[in-house]
Amino acid sequence: MTSTVSSVDTTAATDPGAAADAAVAAILDATVRPAPGAPRGVVVDSPPGAGKSTLVVRAAQELVGAGERLMIVAQTNSQVDDLVDRLASKAPELTIGRLHAADTPPTAEAVRHPNVTASAKPGDLLALDAVISTAAKWQWVRDVEPWRHAIVDEAYQMRSDALLAVARLFERALFVGDPGQLDPFTVVGTEQWSGLSHDPSSSAVVTLLAHNPAIRPHRLPVSWRLPASAAPLVSEAFYPYTPFHAGTGPGDRLLLPGGRADGSAVDAAIDEAAEYGWALLELPARYTVRTDPQAVAAVAATVRRLLDRGVLAVSEQGRRPLTAERIAVGTAHRDQAAAVRAALLELGVPVDATTGPAVAVDTANRLQGREYDVTVVLHPLSGRHDATAFHLETGRLCVLASRHRHACIVVARAGIAELLDEHPATDPVQLGSAVRIPQGWEERIGGEVIPLLERVGAQFPDGWEANHRVLAELAEHRVRL
Amino acid sequence: MSLLSTLARLEAVRSGRAEPLATVRHRHLSERPMVLVPLATAAEDGAPLAVLLGTDREAPRLHLVPQPLNRELRTEFLAAFADDLLPYLESFAEAVELIEGSEKDPVTGEKTPVTRELCADAPQLLVPNAGAVRHLALIGRATRFRRTAADPDPGPHPAPARVPLLGRWLTHLTERAQVPGSSMLLPMTGLLARHWATGQSLLEDQHLAAQLAWHHPPAGLTGAQAAELAETARDEQGQLLHPPAGPATDPRFDEKLLAPAIARFDAALTARRGGPGTGAPGTVEACVEQLRALLLGVLLPTWSDVWSGLELLRALPPAAHLPERWEGDRWSYTGHRDRLAAGEPPQPRLDDAVTAARKLAQREREQARLDVQEALDDPLAMAERRLAGEAFAAEVVEVVLDHDTSGRTPRPRPLLVLRTADRPHAEVGREVHRIGAPSAQKGRIAAVEAEQGLVTVRLLSGMGRRRDPEPGTLPEPGERVLFALFELTPRQSAPLPEPDDTPWTHGGPPSAVRNSTAVAEEWA
Amino acid sequence: MRVLSVTDATLASTMNVSLAEPARRLAALRGAAEPRSLDARALAALAANPGCRRRALLDAAGVDKGAVAGRIGNPAPFGRSPFAIARGTVFEARLKADGCAALLAPLRRHLGLPPHDDDRLATPDLLPGAGPAVRAARTAEALAEAVKASLADPRSWTLLDHPMLRLTVAGAPAFLEPDAVVVHGGRCTVVEIKSFPVLDGSADPAKVGAAARQAAVYVLALQQAAGVDGGAGPYADSAAPGAPELTVLLVCPQDFGQRPTAAALDIRRELATTRRQLARMARIEELLEALPPGTSFDLAPDDAGQPTRPVEELAQAVDSVPAAYGPECLSACELGFHCRAQARDAGALTRLGRGVRADFGELRTVDEALGAAYATGEAAEETTERLRRAARLRAEALTEAAR
Repeated sequence: MTSTVSSVDTTAATDPGAAADAAVAAILDATVRPAPGAPRGVVVDSPPGAGKSTLVVRAAQELVGAGERLMIVAQTNSQVDDLVDRLASKAPELTIGRLHAADTPPTAEAVRHPNVTASAKPGDLLALDAVISTAAKWQWVRDVEPWRHAIVDEAYQMRSDALLAVARLFERALFVGDPGQLDPFTVVGTEQWSGLSHDPSSSAVVTLLAHNPAIRPHRLPVSWRLPASAAPLVSEAFYPYTPFHAGTGPGDRLLLPGGRADGSAVDAAIDEAAEYGWALLELPARYTVRTDPQAVAAVAATVRRLLDRGVLAVSEQGRRPLTAERIAVGTAHRDQAAAVRAALLELGVPVDATTGPAVAVDTANRLQGREYDVTVVLHPLSGRHDATAFHLETGRLCVLASRHRHACIVVARAGIAELLDEHPATDPVQLGSAVRIPQGWEERIGGEVIPLLERVGAQFPDGWEANHRVLAELAEHRVRL
Repeated sequence: MSLLSTLARLEAVRSGRAEPLATVRHRHLSERPMVLVPLATAAEDGAPLAVLLGTDREAPRLHLVPQPLNRELRTEFLAAFADDLLPYLESFAEAVELIEGSEKDPVTGEKTPVTRELCADAPQLLVPNAGAVRHLALIGRATRFRRTAADPDPGPHPAPARVPLLGRWLTHLTERAQVPGSSMLLPMTGLLARHWATGQSLLEDQHLAAQLAWHHPPAGLTGAQAAELAETARDEQGQLLHPPAGPATDPRFDEKLLAPAIARFDAALTARRGGPGTGAPGTVEACVEQLRALLLGVLLPTWSDVWSGLELLRALPPAAHLPERWEGDRWSYTGHRDRLAAGEPPQPRLDDAVTAARKLAQREREQARLDVQEALDDPLAMAERRLAGEAFAAEVVEVVLDHDTSGRTPRPRPLLVLRTADRPHAEVGREVHRIGAPSAQKGRIAAVEAEQGLVTVRLLSGMGRRRDPEPGTLPEPGERVLFALFELTPRQSAPLPEPDDTPWTHGGPPSAVRNSTAVAEEWA
Repeated sequence: MRVLSVTDATLASTMNVSLAEPARRLAALRGAAEPRSLDARALAALAANPGCRRRALLDAAGVDKGAVAGRIGNPAPFGRSPFAIARGTVFEARLKADGCAALLAPLRRHLGLPPHDDDRLATPDLLPGAGPAVRAARTAEALAEAVKASLADPRSWTLLDHPMLRLTVAGAPAFLEPDAVVVHGGRCTVVEIKSFPVLDGSADPAKVGAAARQAAVYVLALQQAAGVDGGAGPYADSAAPGAPELTVLLVCPQDFGQRPTAAALDIRRELATTRRQLARMARIEELLEALPPGTSFDLAPDDAGQPTRPVEELAQAVDSVPAAYGPECLSACELGFHCRAQARDAGALTRLGRGVRADFGELRTVDEALGAAYATGEAAEETTERLRRAARLRAEALTEAAR
C-alpha cells in the first residue's frame, strides 16, 4: 500500500453525507472546471467503499455534459468490463466505447447495453463520448489525437511505467484509487531505481505526486460500504493519516441469522459476527501447510451454515436474504482459494459464477475493489512458521478486512500474535535520491550543495503493526473451535 | 525456495554431496572466458585492493594497489587493470555477422532493407560471487566519469584514457548482468546454485569454497563437514586456510598480515622520498613484492575454485535455448561497441524515467522468456511448473473430432480427453499451450473432472488450414502429451516514449544538468 | 555508538527488590566478568531474531557470547578490519574538526537555521570522562536546560555531543550513547553518524535499516525521559516539550569522498517494533525460572585470564536454553556456528533456512521429511501428499533426463 497525506480535510463536517457531498463537489470542480494554472492532474484517495465508482460515473457525465470526450483507463479487463457495465446503466445518455484486445473479448454484461460499442480498433471508437480500456491496451494505441480529459481508475494499482506509456494520450487526468490496497509489483529486481521519483515499478500516483508537487490529493471521507463496526478499525489500522468514517451508524446494518444455532463453534462465530460485525473462529495452534485442511474445512462449514441458517441482511438498501453471491471467501494464496472451492463444492455450495449465483472465493489481489455482505477470511498467517513480507503486506490484510457491508469472519490457527512478535519488521530501508528538498534549501554551504535525503517507500502503516491492531480487535470476538 | 529444490537439498543432506537441480546447463559458457577475482579494501567503500585475472587457469595475472588510500597508486592500478582487461573485451569487436532486416520510415511507413552488424561472439567474465559483481559496478561508477588529459578541462589529476573506458565497460557488463538469463558476467556461486543443491542454506551457498565443498568433499568427510572446514579452519597463526572469495578480505588477515605489510611499504616509500641516500635501494620494490605474495596467497585458492566450478558446469550438456539467449548478449555487446565508436557520453549516474522503464520492461520480458525456456529445456524445471499447477503431463484417453461451424468454412476444433496425475490450476475456459506440438498449438480447457484426473481440452490452432486437422498435428490416444498453462512465447513490451518526450506526469524531459558528470570525484 | 549496561552496586541498592532480583540473577549467570555491553549489533539482532531465548537470556545477562562460543569450540568468525575502524574514526574526526563545522552544516539545514549562527548554538559539557550514571544525570540536566532555552528563543539551539541516555530494559537500566542529539524549538532530534557512504543518493538498505533500528532505541530512551508513554499508537507524534522527533538524522559520507551528507529517516515503524520487543524482554524472568539450578555462563578465568570452567559444563549451560537457529544467525550472533552444529546434529529442517518449514507442516527433521516424501502407500496428510508428489516429479524428471 502507498501512503500519501491529503490536505483537504473534510472530516470536520459532522454529517457524513454532507462531508462526502462537499468532497465530491470539490473534486468535480477541479476536474471539469479547473482554475487557470491549476495542475493538470487531480488525485482522489478513496478508502474502501467510499463511492469511487459513483465518482467516476459522475465525473464522466459532467465532462461529457460540458462538451468533452474522454478516455478512461482501468487496470484489469474485469475492472474495465465492470466499469463499462456500470457507466452504461447509470449514464444511458453517454455513448461508450469498449476498446479490447483481439484475443480477450469483453463480457456479455459489458456489451449488453445499446449505448456500448466494443472494438479492438481504436479508430472505430474515437467519436464516442467515452472510450474505456486497460492500461495495457491503451499503451498500444497510436496515431490518435490526444484526449483533453482522462480518468484513471484504480490508479494506485497502476505502475509508474504504465502511466509513462499512456500519458501521451491525454492532456489532463483525474486519478482515482484506494491507497490502502495492494501495491503493484514485479518479479525482477528493481533495487537500482528504488528511491528515484520515477521508479518504474512504483505506483503511478507516487510518481505523479513526486513530479507535480502542486497536486494536493483530494479524499473521499466516508465509507458507504464498511459498517460502523468496521470503519473505525480499518481507518485506524490502515489509514492512520487519512481517517474516514462509516456512512451508516451502529444499528443501521443488521445481520439476522434465522433458524437456531446448532451449538457448534461455527454457529457461535456466525452469531458473534452478526452481533458485532467481527468474529474470529480460532483453531488450536498448529503448524500446517498453506492449504491447512482443517482451516479450509472450517471456512467451508462457515459458508455452508451462513447459507443454511437463512440469514437476513437489513440495511439502508432494504432487507434481503444473504445469498451465495453476497458472500466472499478471501485467502492469501491461490492454492488456498482452490482448496476452499473444492471444499465448498463438496458441501454443495456453488462457487462458479458463470453457472449462476455463487460464492466468490479468491485471493486478496482478485478481491480488490469488490463488495459483499459477509466475508469469510482465511487469515494469511494462520498455521505459519514464519511471517514473510508477503504475508505481512499491509494492503493484503486491508483488502481482506474491508470487503464487507455487514460482517467479517476470520478463520485462523491460534498463535498469530506470538508469530508476529517473533517476526518484527527488520526490512532494509531505502534512501531516496528523489530528493524532496523543501523550498529554499537549495543554498550552497561552503560552495557545496549537501542535499538532505529522505527515507522512501516507508510503508505506513506498517503491516506488522496493522496486523497486531487487527488481531487485538479480533481477540475480542474469539470463538474457539 | 520451491518445494522441489528444498527436496533436493534434503537429499544432499542425506547423501552428504551436492544433488542435481538441473539436468542441462542453463547458462552459456564461453570457449575462452575471463576469470576475474577482485578484492576490495575495508579502508574505503569499494576501493580496489587487487584483482587476479586471466583466460588461462595456469597463468593468472595479479594487479594490486600497495597503499589503497593513495590515489596515484590507485590510478596506476586502474590503468594496469584496464590495459589487461580491455584487449580481451575488445577482441570480440572485429568478427561480425551481417544481419538483414528492414527499417520502417516513421513518416512514409515505407520499408527499406538494412544490414546490421552482429558480433559473432562476445566476452564472458566469470567472478566468484555476487559481491564481486557489485564491486565491479562500483569501480565502473567511480571511473567512467574520470577526466583524462584529452578532456578540455582535465582537472588536477587526469587519468589515463583507458581508465574511463574501463569504467564504461564495467558499467555495461554489470548492468547487463541484471538481465535474467544473460551470461556476459556471471558469479560462480549463482551458477553452481542454479544447477546443484547443497545440504545447506542459500545464505551459506554464497561462500564459494563452502558450496564447492559439497561437490568434492575430501575422503571421509561429508559435504557439511568439508564446508565448515572451508568456512572456519585456520592455521597456527590464526589465518583462514581457505580465505574468503572476496571482495572483502578476512579482518584477521587485514590486521595481522596486510596492515603490517602496507605499513612497511609506507615506511619504505617515506624513506625513499626522504632524499638521496636515505632508505636502502630496492626496499620499496621488495615491499611491493611482499604484498604481491601475500595477496596472491589469498587470491589463488579462489582462483582455482572458480575454475573447478567451471569444470563442473562444462560437464553438463548445454540447454537447447542457450544460443538464442547468447545472441541477446551478443546484441548487447555489439550495441555497446557501437555507442563507444560513435563517441557517446558515458552512462549517466541515474536512469531517466524512460530508460528505467525500458530496462524494467526488458528484464521482465527476459525473465518470462527464461522461465519458459528453462522449463522447455529441462524436465526438472518443467517439474517445478507441474508441481505449481502451471503445466501438466497427461495421457491422451480420447480424441473427439469437432468443428466450429460459425464461420463461412468449418474449422477443426477437436476435443482431447486427457488423464493426468498432476494437479493443474485448470479452470474451464483457461487457455493452454501444447508443448512439443509440430507447430504452436493453443487450446482451451473445456471440462475438468479433478477426482478422476480427467481434463478435456479443445484445441483451437496448429492444425493446418483445412476442414480437418493435418495428419500428425493431433496426438493419438495413448500418447503422452504436455500442456502449459502459461504462454510459450513472451509478449512484446509496449512502446515507450523517447526520453525527450517524457510526459508531464513524469516530470517532462530529463534535464541534462541532473546527470552532469562535472561533479568532482574524490574517490579515484 | 556505545551502550553500557550497569549493575552498579549503588544503583542496585536504590532499586526496589522486584526489579533488582532478576538483575542479580542475571549478574550471577555472568559471573565476575565485566558485563558485555548491549551494543549496536546486539540491539539490531535482538530485533532480528527475538524468538531466540538463548540469545535473549545471554544478552540480558551481559555474557560475552564470543568468549563462550570460543570456549565451547565454535568461535565466532566476526572481527573488524583495522582499516574499517580507521575509516570510521577518520570520518568522525573530519565531522568534528573546526568546531564540528562539517557536522553542523547539514544539521542547520535540517532545522532550517541560517549558517554562521554560532552565537545561538550551545554545546554544553557533558562530562565525557565520568561514569555512565553521572553522565546520564548530566545529560538529563543539559537536555532540560536546552529545551527550556529553545522554547524561550526559537532561534537558539543546542548540540549534545555523545550524550548518555538511560533506558530501562527488562527491569535493569541500560545506558545508551548516541552520536549526538540536537535540541531546537523545544524538540530534540537524534543524530546518527555512520561511515557507510551514500552513493548517488542511495545507501546499502540493510545498513540504513540497522541504523534506523538503532536510532529507534535512542528515541525510545528520549521518550521515556520526556514522559511520553507511546500509548497513543505508533503513528502519533507527541508534541510535548522535550519529546524527540520521530525523524532522525543520518549523517554519512557522500559518494566516494569524506564530505558528509544527511538523510532524514522516519523511524516510527522501527520505534513501534522496538517498543514491543523491549516490553517482551520482561519475559526474561520466565527464562530465568526455567533454568536448571546452578546454571552459569561464568568462564571463571584464572589469574592469567584463561577460562577454567570445563567446556562440557559450559556447553551444557548454553544448551539448557533453547535457541531458534536460522542461517541468518551466522552473520548476526556469536553463537551462530554453535547453534548451527546443534541444528545439524538434530537434523533440523531450519538448517536450510527459516522459510523452508512452511512446506513441511509439523515435520521438523530432515529424516522425517525424507521419510514422508519417499514412503509408499496412501498419504494420509496434505503435507505428505504434496511431498510425495514432489518426490515423484523429481524422480520422473531425473529418469527422463538420464534416458
